[in-house]
Parts: sequence; structure tokens; C-alpha cells
Amino acid sequence: MTVTSTSGASRTEPPAPPGDTSRVSATARIEARPDGRGGTALPLLAGAGPLAPRRTRAPVPGEAHVTLVGAMSAPLGGDRLAVEVGVAPGARLRVTASGATLALPGAGSDPADYRIRLTVGQDATLHWLPEPLVSVCGSALRQTTCAELAPGARLLLREEQVLGRHGEPCGRLTTRLTVRRAGRPLLDQELDCGPGAPPGWDGPAVLAGHRAIGQLLLVQPEFESGPVQPQTLGEYAALTPLGGPAALVTAVAPDALTLRTILDEAASDLLNDRFEAVRS
Amino acid sequence: MHLDHPTTFPQRHTHSSPVRSDGSRRALRIGLGGPVGSGKTATVAALCRALREELSIAVITNDIYTREDAEHLLREAVLPPERITAVETGACPHTAIRDDISANLEAVEDLEDAVGPLDLVLVESGGDNLTATFSRGLVDAQMFVIDVAGGDDIPRKGGPGVTGSDLLVVNKTDLAPHVGSDLDAMARDAAEQRGELPVVFQSLRSEDGVKTVADWVRERIAAWIAA
Amino acid sequence: MSRSALLILADGRFPAGGHAHSGGAEAAVAAGRITDAVSLHAFCRGRLHTAGLVAAALAAAAADGVEPLALDEAADARTASAALRTASRRLGRQLMRAAHAAWPDPQLDALAAALPRGAHQPVVLGVAARAGGLGPLDAAHCAAYESVGGPATAVVRLLGLDPFDATAVLAGLGPDLDTVAERAVTAARSAAVQGVEALPAASAPLLDIGAETHAARATRLFAS
Repeated sequence: MTVTSTSGASRTEPPAPPGDTSRVSATARIEARPDGRGGTALPLLAGAGPLAPRRTRAPVPGEAHVTLVGAMSAPLGGDRLAVEVGVAPGARLRVTASGATLALPGAGSDPADYRIRLTVGQDATLHWLPEPLVSVCGSALRQTTCAELAPGARLLLREEQVLGRHGEPCGRLTTRLTVRRAGRPLLDQELDCGPGAPPGWDGPAVLAGHRAIGQLLLVQPEFESGPVQPQTLGEYAALTPLGGPAALVTAVAPDALTLRTILDEAASDLLNDRFEAVRS
Repeated sequence: MHLDHPTTFPQRHTHSSPVRSDGSRRALRIGLGGPVGSGKTATVAALCRALREELSIAVITNDIYTREDAEHLLREAVLPPERITAVETGACPHTAIRDDISANLEAVEDLEDAVGPLDLVLVESGGDNLTATFSRGLVDAQMFVIDVAGGDDIPRKGGPGVTGSDLLVVNKTDLAPHVGSDLDAMARDAAEQRGELPVVFQSLRSEDGVKTVADWVRERIAAWIAA
Repeated sequence: MSRSALLILADGRFPAGGHAHSGGAEAAVAAGRITDAVSLHAFCRGRLHTAGLVAAALAAAAADGVEPLALDEAADARTASAALRTASRRLGRQLMRAAHAAWPDPQLDALAAALPRGAHQPVVLGVAARAGGLGPLDAAHCAAYESVGGPATAVVRLLGLDPFDATAVLAGLGPDLDTVAERAVTAARSAAVQGVEALPAASAPLLDIGAETHAARATRLFAS
């Protein structure tokens, strides 16, 4: 796994005592809307603290592409970070990241808080494809991803959690993914790992020693009439339709690279309609 | 909130009601129990072939390993596939037909939802021991199927299936000479155990071998409709 | 509250279909993740604090009078695996039938009428508990205990595990069961005020993956 490091100056200083002002509280904002010429404009692209969204060349015509640069050495314990992404009706946005996000120990015992809020309008498309979130030994992070989708919105979302850098035990990592569509709950899942997490998290019912966990979610109106057929993707991954028009791949793997291979293959098959649909 | 479609059979979620919402009597449910290999599935298949022209029939199997009996019936094509369903029994087939019949009652209702009103539902138990019998909450009548090759002392040994079932079927009579079973002794022992309750000796290898049992089912249906 | 109603509802012989389900234990046994009493304990503990907590909170909220249809939606969103959603709704129907016989109640009838294909089992459990005069903590205890009792019984059948060892595993989980039931009630009380998103959503990736693996198997003893 490649972990890019472009830490800001404040990160090279010795840890500050708890309660001081060096703790980061920052919200980055991205807004996409149709440009009126068949493409997607980015009227708002605002970085903050360690989060720097950059417009990059879109590989797909009509789509805007934003890369989150430099998010990787944050969040430290105590940080309050947020990313808010709005995709207006009809717009198409892809968001990726330049490297993995590392959850690092902070000065105090406060966990870091990282909130991602995604809003996708009618006939709009968002591909939210960040790099893995790595829980470093001694860190504590709570990440929440909330997606609010219009009935005709499309969302491809990938989340990967990696428990510890190579060979180290992980920190405490709590991630919750909440997806609402047309105002109703579609998916709500929380994973809680590491020291202090409820017992059994590493046992045979939950992770059984796997160090990389991933979800790949595709929500699209076409699934309303033809949901995917559930199927296993090897021993440690499965594709399942959700209660609404969505397909979810859940996978666990020994490492981030193996996990990514599984999720990439599933994403390609899902987007190219290669999975069997349920015939009704 | 997405609600389910209105149900055609609002007796769903109730237990043991003999009538449908429209006042008609629900399907007669007949259980077939008995030891492994005695010919329950073969009897079910033969009954379906004998009765399917005159009655709307469905079959529920209670297998030990998922769907093997159901798949046998599907291969034999005794009924269209939507009329055959398997209930999973968690390694305890007798529990699913006696102590906790909820999955079987669900299966009955699912079949009626899928294919419309039925006249007869045959509920086959997983091959179990001589003590396994059906709950009266699940079936209206039950037959117990044993065979001559399983030993001609089974009727003498008794047990709830042999003594209390509404019909005792002694199957594979064609094998009696080959396995040294004494059919007369079996009949005497059965009569002693069962009193007035009927016993049928059958060989499904002979032409129309299931006729006596099929006639017994017809009588049951007539009595059920008249009740 | 009626303690006898709690005993009836929590009894493994309550005819609501649980005996045919292993709570993911059969898949874990097949994958070699449960081999003995120690690994059974670890499995049950993980299931209790994930799926068990979610079920207990749903049941507690339903017993507390939170709108069952909203809870049913919340259960759907918290049950990612299609195989587990099917199993939960089927068990919900079976429980509805048994509860209807035990404690006839207009709230049970209303839920059955709204969702004739079956509501999620923990939601029915909570409404049934309420119908039987039980409170949210009782409902949470029932759901939490079921989340480990099912796997323990199944492993006795699957591995020939000594039933005394399996019972000792369950008894050893007592403090965890109490913790989970109390957390569930706290969450249910929040949900009554803030809405169902306040309910826990703890997931167990291997339970979800194993459920689909199990559903795809041609030969199995348990339905889930």
C-alpha cells in the first residue's frame, strides 16, 4: 500500500498539550452543478486545514473530477474534520484522494472526529472513491459518512479500513456509514475496532484477524426493477442487494492490496452490468 | 413506507384455523411420517400422480439436509415446481413437524399464495425414528410408512407412529419373500397395536400400487369438505 | 411486568422457528472459525455485541412503543445481507404466529396487517413483549439472549460439542448480555426522542459474508 505524506508544518511540531489551539477544526466543501454545456462545473471548491480538494482532469466527458490532496496525516486525536460534498441535480462528480488517510495519535485522549456528508440530487451521479483509512497504533478516530440521496440519484461509494500499518496493532477506529434515499434509510452500518471496542470485534463472528475491511456500494434507480442476485465473491467477500435499489459488496482481507483487488473487480462488474439480476 | 401487497389469505399469522377468510375450508393437510428409506417420498410421488388430475395438490418436505426429498420430487416431475417446497429443519426434523410447526405452517400459506387455493397438502417428514409424529396443529390426518425390509417386528414394537397414526402403510411387500418378512405376523401385530385403525400393505412396483392409499385420501377429502 | 411472560418468550421451546437457524454458526463451523467451546464463546461474544445489540435495541424500542414500521425500515437498513433480511422476516412471521396465540393484541394484528410478508423478527419480538406486558429491558434481554442461544444450540448439533460446555459458554456471557441489554434500552430511549437513526448499527462483516456463503450451499442443516 502506498501512503503519501505531505504533512503540514503544524504536524512536524511536538505534540501540543491538551486543550490548546493547535487542534484542527476544519471543513472542506465541494459543490458540483451542471455547467449548462453538458459538463459539470465546480462553483465551490474550498479547502480547510489539512483538507485540500483540487480539480483534476476528468477521465470521463461531462464529469468533474476532484482529488483530495494532503488529507493523509490528519486526523490527529482531538481534530474535528469535515468534508461536505453537494452534487446538484444532473451533475456528475468523481472524488478521489492522492493517498491514504492516516489516523494518528494526538496529544490528549480525545478521539478525532471526521465527518463526511454527501448530498446527491435527482439524476446526479457521485463516485466517492477515497483511499483507505489507516488506523495507526495508539490513535482514536470516529468517522461518520452520511449520504443523502434523491430518488433518482446515483452513488458509487467505496470505503476501506486498514487496522494498523504493517505489523503494528491498530488504534480505536469507529466508522459509521449511513445512506438515506428519498428520505428513508437505505443502509446503516457501524464498525468498531481496536482497544476499547466492544469485545469480540476481532473474533470469528466479526473479523477473525483480517486487517482490511471494505464496502463498495452502488445505488442506482435501475436496481428498482432488476436487483442483483446475491452471490459470494470468493471466501471473504459477498455481493448482496439492499432493501432499496442498491448493491453492496462487503469484503475482508489480510491486507489493503488484496482488499482493493476484490473491490475493484466488483466495481467494474457492477458498473458494466456483469452480475446476474434477479428476474421477477 | 413501502407496505406489502394486501394478502389474499388473512388467516396468515393465525394457527390452526380450518376455514379461509371467504368461509371455504382450507386445504386438507396430510402428514407422511416413518423411518428413513421406508418409501415416504415414493408414496408421495405415487399419490401425486394418482390424484393430481382431480385435486389441486402441493407438497412440503421436511428434509434433514435441505432439499433432497424436494429435489427428488422435482426430478420425478410429479407436480409443477411451484407446488413443491422444502422446509429446513435445523438437524431436527421431528421438531419441525411436532414441537415447532411454525415453518411448516408458513410453507402451507406460501404455497397457497403462490398457486391459489389448494385441496390437499401432503407434508412429508424427514426420515426419523419410530417416535416422530405430526402435531394436530399442522396436519388433519397422518399416515405412518414402514417397510417390510426394515424388519417384520416393527409393528410388534409399537411406538406412537405405529399405534396412533390414522393409517399405517406397510410398504415394499414385493420384497417380503427376499428379506424373510412374515406379512401375516405383521398384520396380526399391527391389528393388536392399532385396534380399529386401518393398515394398508402396498407395493409401489405393482400397477396402481398406491390405489388403496389414494382411496383413503379421497375419503378423507370428502369427509373434510363435508365437515 | 410479568416474569412468566418473559420466561415463555425467552424459552428455546417457544414455537417461533428459531430451532432451524444457527445464527451464522453453521457457516462459521464450515469455515473452521468455530471448532470448540473457546471459539464458540468468541463467536457468540462478537455476535452479541454487533447483531445482538442491534436486535436488542430494535426490540427494546418496539416494546417502548416506537412506531414498528419505522423500526422495520431501520432493521432493513441495518441488515445488509439479503439472506439475513429474508431469514429475519421469515422468523418475524413465525414469531407473530406464536405471539398471536400467546398474547392476542391489536398491536400485533396491526403489524401483521401492515406487513403480511413478515416484519423483522426483533421488531415483532418487541411488540410481542409489549403485548405480554413486558418492558423494553425484558425485550432487549430476550433479543440479546437469542443472539447467542441459537448459535450455542446449533454448535452442539453441528460439532457434537458437549452440551454442558455450550451452556457454560452462555452462562459466561451473562455480564455481556446485561451490558448489551442496558445499552440497547438507552439507545431505544434515544430513538423514541431523536428517531430511529439513534439506534445502534453495529455490523459484523463475517456474519454478512458467511450468511451469503451459507445461503449458496446446496447442503446445510440450518436455514441460516
